[in-house]
Amino acid sequence: MRKFLLRRLIFTLVSVVGATLIVFVLSRMAGDPMVLYADPEGYGMDAEQIAAIRSSLRLDEPLIIQYVYWFAGLARGDLGRSIVANRPVSQMLWERAGATAQLAIAAWLVATVVGIPLGVLSAVKRGTAWDYIGRTFALFGQATPTFWIGIMGILIFSVYLGWLPSALRGDGFRINHFILPTLTVSTAAMAGYLRITRSSMLEVLDSEFVKLARAKGVSRVKVIWKHTFRNALIQPITVSAILFANFITGITVAEVVFAWPGLGSLMLTAVWNNDFPVLTGTVLVFVVIYMALNFVADMLYVVVDPRIRYS
Amino acid sequence: MATEITDTYSGPQSRGAKGAFSIHLRVFHFLRRWPVVPLVVLSVLVLTAIFAEQLAPHSWRQQSLPGRHAPPYWLDREWYEDRPRVQDKYILGTDHVGRDVLSRMIHGARISLLVVAVALTSGLLIGVSLGLISGWFGGVTDEIVSRFVDIWYALPFLLIALVVIILFGQSLLIMMIVLAMTAWVTFVRNVRAEVYSIKDRDYVLLSKIAGAGTLHMWIKHVMPGLISIIAVVATLSVGSLILTEATLSFLGAGIPAPTPAWGVMIAEGREHLRTAWWSSFFPGLAIFLVVMSLNFFGDWLRDRLDSRLRQLS
Repeated sequence: MRKFLLRRLIFTLVSVVGATLIVFVLSRMAGDPMVLYADPEGYGMDAEQIAAIRSSLRLDEPLIIQYVYWFAGLARGDLGRSIVANRPVSQMLWERAGATAQLAIAAWLVATVVGIPLGVLSAVKRGTAWDYIGRTFALFGQATPTFWIGIMGILIFSVYLGWLPSALRGDGFRINHFILPTLTVSTAAMAGYLRITRSSMLEVLDSEFVKLARAKGVSRVKVIWKHTFRNALIQPITVSAILFANFITGITVAEVVFAWPGLGSLMLTAVWNNDFPVLTGTVLVFVVIYMALNFVADMLYVVVDPRIRYS
Repeated sequence: MATEITDTYSGPQSRGAKGAFSIHLRVFHFLRRWPVVPLVVLSVLVLTAIFAEQLAPHSWRQQSLPGRHAPPYWLDREWYEDRPRVQDKYILGTDHVGRDVLSRMIHGARISLLVVAVALTSGLLIGVSLGLISGWFGGVTDEIVSRFVDIWYALPFLLIALVVIILFGQSLLIMMIVLAMTAWVTFVRNVRAEVYSIKDRDYVLLSKIAGAGTLHMWIKHVMPGLISIIAVVATLSVGSLILTEATLSFLGAGIPAPTPAWGVMIAEGREHLRTAWWSSFFPGLAIFLVVMSLNFFGDWLRDRLDSRLRQLS
């Protein structure tokens, strides 16, 4: 087990370094950074001054050395400055991280608390009305664009019924402002959880050891939750990488639709403004969070599946 | 008339009302067994895309000042009666500059299908060849391809797409490239697994003993076994590619604005939700119906062609 976790940890770290390398190379491909300080004509600067700036920014070093310096800056939290706002990127990210974290946690809780039990219900009551409702919902959730769900939510609950605010987060913690964005993000995730839980529950319910447990008279509740559910959880956890990736997309979309002041809308604003440092900063934050979550999923995998724990 | 048909078709035990019920049941079972509804939706989509010019009732970019925010004709006739200057009847209404929503959607179908078709074909060619090579040769090649696929699969795609788009600008071509970048991975994984299981079958080994060349074995013995998995993965990919394209276009990072892509239409209509909900409602409904049909059809194809593929999602 220790070996497994160590291997995953190394894989995660290598991936993070790889991701930063890709982002760095792309940011250099975007153009010579010198152009940000002096265009090719040089704003009347002579060659000596340009060379001085170049060496002060370490642009005369080989690319790999530049990367090392850039990475060292990254480790100290220095992500460069926004071209549009002329402020440190790290500061901008920090201001907005909270809003995204709140939305993400709320949406993830709703998706798990509703999606997984619905998947279990749908599998246990296979072929009944419950199953049809569950499967229809899963198909609906997977075929509907997230942004459209959000817009239709605004149309129904804000424009026609006037129950909920159509955008922004409000001051402090306003539950009203959370309902629509949370539901928008969680619908697709809920459908994903439901579908995966259902199919892996069905598979486990069909296995020999569940039949044996039933035959020896273990109670229905115990068969479902102890014997089946725990084994069925392995699959949702293994595909969690795909679920997280979809989740990041969902959050970004919902933040844009609801003008939610988080990292996703910051990232898109950077795309619209061609603000490359802000874009790379947000991408890096998302990638690191994403890899960290995947590592947590790997650890959960070990907790749930004893075969790995004892091997 | 209806009862006559029922009497002819119903079984010996069924009588009267029950017989009428059984034909509904028959239709229901037929619809459950064959993907009629999805196929109808998809054929309509393809035909609309091909004959967009002939089918669109209006121009997709003709703007009209008096006719802006016109509601769908069947929903609000009074609106049209109050405005004699609006000559045209818009079936799905108009957007904020008076462009016909239906005509834009029809042209949008063409754009979406074109982008997705090119992306899917290139993704398929790259993915299938890589899968074939890595499954067939194994060893170091396989290791490199598989690790690369693992890492690629593990990256949040939206982030890559945004970085590529900000670096190279927005255009149809970039959109196709970005979508191809997401399409190829699924092909590699599935084709590789399939090749792995085929290459040790007796008929392949015997053909090898008989002195067949690699290319001959690929074409004669491996490819036929790959067709069903490629068909299933391709069908299921189209739906997710359409969704991805729409999402990127909606976010303002996909197909650039005057082009009538569905995602762009929803984004534009969103600003005018209070006055003209139809300009973002109908394109979204179209995306939903198309993706739903593709998923249904893909699932059906998968179960039909190979029950071993049921795990694939």
